[in-house]
Amino acid sequence: MSDFERQSYDVVVVGAGGAGLRAAIAAHEAGAKTAVVCKSLLGKAHTVMAEGGIAAAMGNVYSDDNWKVHFRDTMRGGKLLNHWRMAELHAKEAPERVWELEQWGALFDRTPEGLISQRDFGGHRYARLAHVGDRTGLEMIRTLQQRTVELGVDVFMECTVTRLLKDGDRVSGAFGYWRESGRFVVFEAPSIVLATGGIGKSWKVTSNSWEYTGDGLALALRAGASLINMEFVQFHPTGMVWPPSVRGILVTESVRGDGGVLRNSDGQRFMYNYIPEFFKAETSDSEAEGDRWYTDKTNNRRPAELLPRDEVARAINNEIKEGRGTPHGGVFLDIASRRSPEFIQKRLPSMYHQFKELADVDITKEPMEIGPTCHYVMGGVEVDPDSAQSKVTGLYAAGEVAGGMHGANRLGGNSLGDLLVFGKRAGEYAAEYAKRLGGDRPQVAEPDIQTASSVALSPFASDGGENPYTVHQALQEVMQDLVGIIRNEAELTSAIEKVGELEERISRVTVEGHRQYNPGWHLAIDLHNMLLVSESVAKAALARKESRGGHTRDDYPMTDYDFWGKLNLIVELGDDGHATIRQQPLPEPPPELAALLEEQH
Amino acid sequence: MRIWRGDSSGGGLVDFTVPVEDGEVVLDAVHHVQALRAGDLSVRWNCKAGKCGSCSAEINGKPRLMCMSRLSEYPKDEPLTITPMRAFPVIRDLVTDVSFNYVKAAQVPSFSPTAEQPQAPFRMQQVDVERSQEFRKCIECFLCQNTCHVIRDHEDNKEAFSGPRFFIRYAELEMHPNDGLDRRRLVQEERGLGMCNITKCCTEVCPEHIKITDNGIIPMKERVVDVKYDPVRFFSRRRGPKKA
Repeated sequence: MSDFERQSYDVVVVGAGGAGLRAAIAAHEAGAKTAVVCKSLLGKAHTVMAEGGIAAAMGNVYSDDNWKVHFRDTMRGGKLLNHWRMAELHAKEAPERVWELEQWGALFDRTPEGLISQRDFGGHRYARLAHVGDRTGLEMIRTLQQRTVELGVDVFMECTVTRLLKDGDRVSGAFGYWRESGRFVVFEAPSIVLATGGIGKSWKVTSNSWEYTGDGLALALRAGASLINMEFVQFHPTGMVWPPSVRGILVTESVRGDGGVLRNSDGQRFMYNYIPEFFKAETSDSEAEGDRWYTDKTNNRRPAELLPRDEVARAINNEIKEGRGTPHGGVFLDIASRRSPEFIQKRLPSMYHQFKELADVDITKEPMEIGPTCHYVMGGVEVDPDSAQSKVTGLYAAGEVAGGMHGANRLGGNSLGDLLVFGKRAGEYAAEYAKRLGGDRPQVAEPDIQTASSVALSPFASDGGENPYTVHQALQEVMQDLVGIIRNEAELTSAIEKVGELEERISRVTVEGHRQYNPGWHLAIDLHNMLLVSESVAKAALARKESRGGHTRDDYPMTDYDFWGKLNLIVELGDDGHATIRQQPLPEPPPELAALLEEQH
Repeated sequence: MRIWRGDSSGGGLVDFTVPVEDGEVVLDAVHHVQALRAGDLSVRWNCKAGKCGSCSAEINGKPRLMCMSRLSEYPKDEPLTITPMRAFPVIRDLVTDVSFNYVKAAQVPSFSPTAEQPQAPFRMQQVDVERSQEFRKCIECFLCQNTCHVIRDHEDNKEAFSGPRFFIRYAELEMHPNDGLDRRRLVQEERGLGMCNITKCCTEVCPEHIKITDNGIIPMKERVVDVKYDPVRFFSRRRGPKKA
């Protein structure tokens, strides 16, 4: 027996963002002995970055709203490539999950009647986002964090999982290290819930933090699970562009939801030139109609600025490319000329401070300069919609790390709802499975632990002299330049090649110092995950020969409904340790749900 | 720049020179040091946008978030000095052991709805939730905890003192329009509210600009006085919905 620290649980949740904490609460409440393992301190997860709100058809502001409209908006926003069952469950269950947060102490902004206020967002027919100013994610994480602590769930902070352990076809545990000491820890657990978030740290201009290295996706692939929709990466239309050091930091969509508009250097509201056929019927055809919509949604259609994110990001990209950008290479986002300073400060306090303190810009007086930033991956671990279980028995995934729910493009506000709805489901099913096993628990194999340990320590043994930070920067440039918003065959092929070269460089990465709180070592380990995930994205993007949602090919600019519209791409790990791609038929919704998609509003 | 390097056994300031760009913040400079000079330099950070509260440190002796401190605020001709938060034990370099705060967090009796509205959705007016919302802006950077002289200079007070971050957590619950639990005696008698002598150091360092002292601690002290010296009001209050 090795002398590593051992921990034994029914359910181990990897990740302590919205999905992870909701899963842990659910598993605990279902009677499972539950632990949460997270790379950062509790309460720092990426969920705090979510600003706008939680989409849930509560109907507090527009009583016509209901789950069917939300379902339709989600599917159409995802360019119909979503797993219909996930979109259905999400639309139906999101309101309950929001009220649950209120039950645990969350304080959302209110309507005049004293109910939870709901705001407008891109792609949503009605004002639907429960919010707290522009810091909804913080409210959500704090509420879940406080609930987790109250219930007494064990939290392993600053602890990184590097490998999943298996017994035959079943998950048996996880192997990781304490960041603080560098010592290893083995978790024995029949149920593992992945809730590790996204992959954005592989791009240069990103709204994502250092944690977003695609750990969960890589862990799942190596454990034999499959990924779905990996070609679809969301570039949020509005990230900061200046000064350089803040490039990519998110500017919430609420700016547009609350009346902000996009202008090019000619002062033109250019989004009206970019309304696609698919959304013509539900989008206003004049600025005047769009402006009236904010107060009268019955008789007007929404402004072109509130098209789904993929449309807006592409339009901005094009304006800049055609020379109508701002001095710092963005476009203008203007709310100063459209709303009062009081309104702006009340509704968008974080944005006000962010621009004031980081860019010397007063957003109540002047427009912001913004441009697209890598924000979210629609793809993720392929899961069963109801139970959130992956192809591997005992391995669950929820939140951004899971795929299917958002199809080709995610609507703003649908992420926080996704975390809650599928976090809860994953936790419950994981607990139930562990309970059902009784004494028949999968065992952790000693040789697997030894392998995991030596793999994790390999950067100390190498004398190749590569600097992990340099390799990381090189990867970010490859993904930014070759697997960005607009893609083509030559660039994607080149990206796959370059990622392969980086893999060779990674094997030569050397870290200095010792194991105690050593970020260079941590990055060296994370790089393997980033590379495998980047390869998956590039290969899936190369395979899908059409443009749809968060995947735009300039060599295949059209959306192809007959062939590609009926297929998902699945990524699996080949015997050579590389990503392989195969096609899989898209599940078809039952007739009563399919009918909803055809309805015009 | 000068960065404190070391661990619990000791350490000292180490000089680094790195190129910086226009508009960069202190955290950028620290990252340059990591990438170019010292790959194993320990520092906590996550969002780099002032939202997660991870990168707290002392910059030229002042407790700040490194991601929200622009290099242009500091004189160009003097080296910048960055040291870890002083009130917490050092783990390594700029990373400190902040577990004190998690212990105090676990001691807070959580939100408990009133008998009038036991089950969400609740009806609450915006004007009534706003006071507590101010405190829920807290990003838990623990700079207020770090700067509070009750614990900064008196390690032995830590046991009996929750600190400003948690006084506003108690205030938030106390002012929550639908919370039915009274924590006033608890916060005074067991959480050390009385030890605060309202020097407002916490308010000064709060990156979220929460008026910790004026809107949180002072009203809490007043409400504690109510419960301590006015038993009639104390008992009547427990039966009815809470209104300040």
